[in-house]
Amino acid sequence: MTDLAADREPVRVERATKASRIFALVAIVVLAVLVSLPWWSDAGWMRLVAEMAYYVALAQLWNLLAGYAGLVSVGQQAYVGLGGYMLFYLTGVWNVNVYVALLLAGPFAGLVSIPVSFAVFRLRGAYFAIGTWVVSEVFSLLASLILVLGAGSGLSLTVPILQEISSDRDVRDTVLYLMTLGASLFVFGIVYFLLRSRHGLALTAIRDSEPASASLGVNTFRTKFIIYVATAACTGLIGGLIFLQKLRISPEAGFSINDWTVVVIFMVVIGGIGTLEGPFIGMLVYIVLRELLADYGTYYLILLGVIAIVIMLKAPMGLWGWVVHRFDLQLFPVGRRLALKPDQSKR
Amino acid sequence: MQWLNILIQGSLLGGIYALFAIGLSLSFGIMRLVNIAHGDFIVLSGYVALVVVQGTGLDPFSSLLIVVPVMFIVGYVLQRGLLNQTLSGGLLPPLLVTFGISIIIQNGLLQGFGAYDHRLQEGPIETASLHLPGSIDIGVFPLLVFAVAILSIASLQFLFYRTGLGRAFRAVSDDAYTAELMGIDNRKLYALALGIAMVFTAIAGVLFGIRTIFDPAAGPIRLILAFEAVIIGGLGSLWGTLVGGIVLGIAQSVGAALDPTWQILAGHLAFLAILIVRPNGLFPRTRD
Amino acid sequence: MTLLRTQNLSAFYGDFQALFGIDVTVEQGETVAIIGANGAGKTTLLRSIAGALTTAPQSVLFDDAPIGDKTPHDIVRLGIAMVPEGRRLFQSLSVEENLMLGAHSGRAGPWSLKRVYELFPRLHELRHLPSTSLSGGQQQMAAVGRALMSNPRLLLCDELSLGLAPVIIRDIYQCLGAIIGEGTTVVLVEQDINRALDASTRFYCLQEGRLALTAPTKNFDRAALTAAYFGM
Repeated sequence: MTDLAADREPVRVERATKASRIFALVAIVVLAVLVSLPWWSDAGWMRLVAEMAYYVALAQLWNLLAGYAGLVSVGQQAYVGLGGYMLFYLTGVWNVNVYVALLLAGPFAGLVSIPVSFAVFRLRGAYFAIGTWVVSEVFSLLASLILVLGAGSGLSLTVPILQEISSDRDVRDTVLYLMTLGASLFVFGIVYFLLRSRHGLALTAIRDSEPASASLGVNTFRTKFIIYVATAACTGLIGGLIFLQKLRISPEAGFSINDWTVVVIFMVVIGGIGTLEGPFIGMLVYIVLRELLADYGTYYLILLGVIAIVIMLKAPMGLWGWVVHRFDLQLFPVGRRLALKPDQSKR
Repeated sequence: MQWLNILIQGSLLGGIYALFAIGLSLSFGIMRLVNIAHGDFIVLSGYVALVVVQGTGLDPFSSLLIVVPVMFIVGYVLQRGLLNQTLSGGLLPPLLVTFGISIIIQNGLLQGFGAYDHRLQEGPIETASLHLPGSIDIGVFPLLVFAVAILSIASLQFLFYRTGLGRAFRAVSDDAYTAELMGIDNRKLYALALGIAMVFTAIAGVLFGIRTIFDPAAGPIRLILAFEAVIIGGLGSLWGTLVGGIVLGIAQSVGAALDPTWQILAGHLAFLAILIVRPNGLFPRTRD
Repeated sequence: MTLLRTQNLSAFYGDFQALFGIDVTVEQGETVAIIGANGAGKTTLLRSIAGALTTAPQSVLFDDAPIGDKTPHDIVRLGIAMVPEGRRLFQSLSVEENLMLGAHSGRAGPWSLKRVYELFPRLHELRHLPSTSLSGGQQQMAAVGRALMSNPRLLLCDELSLGLAPVIIRDIYQCLGAIIGEGTTVVLVEQDINRALDASTRFYCLQEGRLALTAPTKNFDRAALTAAYFGM
């Protein structure tokens, strides 16, 4: 029965493209190199690559939220700070094992995002954006007022906590580096998995037209809600890792809109919003620019602002979007293509 | 009496918040544009006034004669030259472009003026107060600001409901497509709208600069306060924005009375509570 | 004298082509009807003329001057006014404010608030009411009045009869007769074929973006028209 039906269909649904298969091989090689980094490089490089890893993760998450679910949040720093503070609080005040605390940071951020969504989902568009910003400010203010969280000066990671990872500094650096790499991969995996699944298709539909997709039975509210909470949880996890490596957290640093939102948005927009490849490219552009121009302080930030504006006006699809448009390329296969089956002349 | 004082101070505070909000309300109402850099333009106006005051020796109030036209032109050119192009691209372009502008203004001010605090000095009026029976003191300056807020809204209502230009603004706000078919040049009207919004932003910036110290990074919180006033009051109603500002001011005053460091937080929490309970604000008008 | 002429007019919505090389002429003082089924391209044609849709400059000529790429507000200034499909009165404005808005372009001519009220006396009584509180027929009259306030040389009417009761439609077309009597050139888009043909001197029939038939309306064979309408 099935054979008959399959014979009759002239097309089949394909996921991968030739380019994506080649790219998968390249990616594996690059990953192997990165994993082996601790054994042939120094702490400085590990720190840089770790930073690149967590920025990519944050960018992928923001892209999922804004580029796919249409939820443009300017308040994700709330969950970065939340994850960081949870880690410091659990280890510092409750003497929880550092690994356990890290594992709890994400889910905690996710839980907090649930009541937050009740408030901010009442707003649309740019007002939603500002609303998320207000929420972040609330967290920041609360953190600066609560004594047990260190109030304005924040908290530090004490040596005993660090020694739970290892007493050897080099081993510690390696463990933290590999954990960050792993977490980033994990986050990317979740994003990739979501987009490849039915939910991803729903998201793309919502992104293209919310009323249309709603009329086809896509539960837009539930989809957005799930994405928002999942993103918050992952962001919290990354936040915990970031501050585990920074060793200190304060309201200003933990909830810094410049560090965790402005830079992230820049990466996504430059790289190509609404694409999986974009955040990688945007992150590379940002890091390169920063390494080259950081000495110029405020001029460098002004330049970032100008670049973002120009891209939005002239190439709103970002660098990768331009490539896709020009070459019809997709490295991470999330789309579905119809391919013609080879001719079956058995009939 | 303590409570009466809180109510009065809070209400007067609402005046400056309403002034912050006018520009935001205008640009959203007419062009559906939310200017993320709005707060930074308030601060920018303060710095422009500072330059004028230091350069000409004028007092801040008089400097408005220069600051207002300058900011009008800034708004007109910005809309005409840049923001008009973002209006047809959906949600992201206006948001991200104004975000970029915000970063540019903040860092430009930082580069030009340094990270220091500044203030505009107007003189004795800053601390003068009226002494009312029942040991209630009302600051003259906050009262002045409140009066300016009322005057501003009243004049805008006059513009919108009794002039041909206002009629055109309302038409464009209703249906930009048909407005153009009736002979309205939308692009020019949008530029005019932002110019007018900047006029009130400039006034707010100068008054704010007299009342409080400011620095290049003071923009975002102004945006948030303006935004909260607009949302609490309800989109589409300027008088509603005044009420929203008053509610915000009172919430903050209550918080401050409990503990001065809780002032801003109290405002945020009141905003979030109202948002959950009355998502369309207290006096919603727009259908959008 | 030819007031309006389209030359090989093709119109696109993005990648979708809605009109394929349309040639239409409208002489001064004429009333021309554009008829066709839903989706035939009638509204697209009017939009192209009014400037809401940008086309090649030479594909639309008004007074022999190319206007294909001009903005709608410039075209209003030149003397073309549209009564849009579905009326589209401004909801925040009262009836009178809607009419006054029609005069925004400042063109001089015989039409004024007073004259519009003479043509539509009912509107005068309702003038201070919000436009949303009017009935369909009254809204249609207001929409026509609003277009007239710009003193157009060419009036484009898109589906005047849409959603209205036959009695009301009759009234509106009677007023249209008065407008035509003043010498205004009118292009009429209608799904109601009989109405359109009764009011016009010539007609064009569109079918899927192409010109299927054109002829003077006097004594025209309805059977041939039906064939062209449905593309048979």
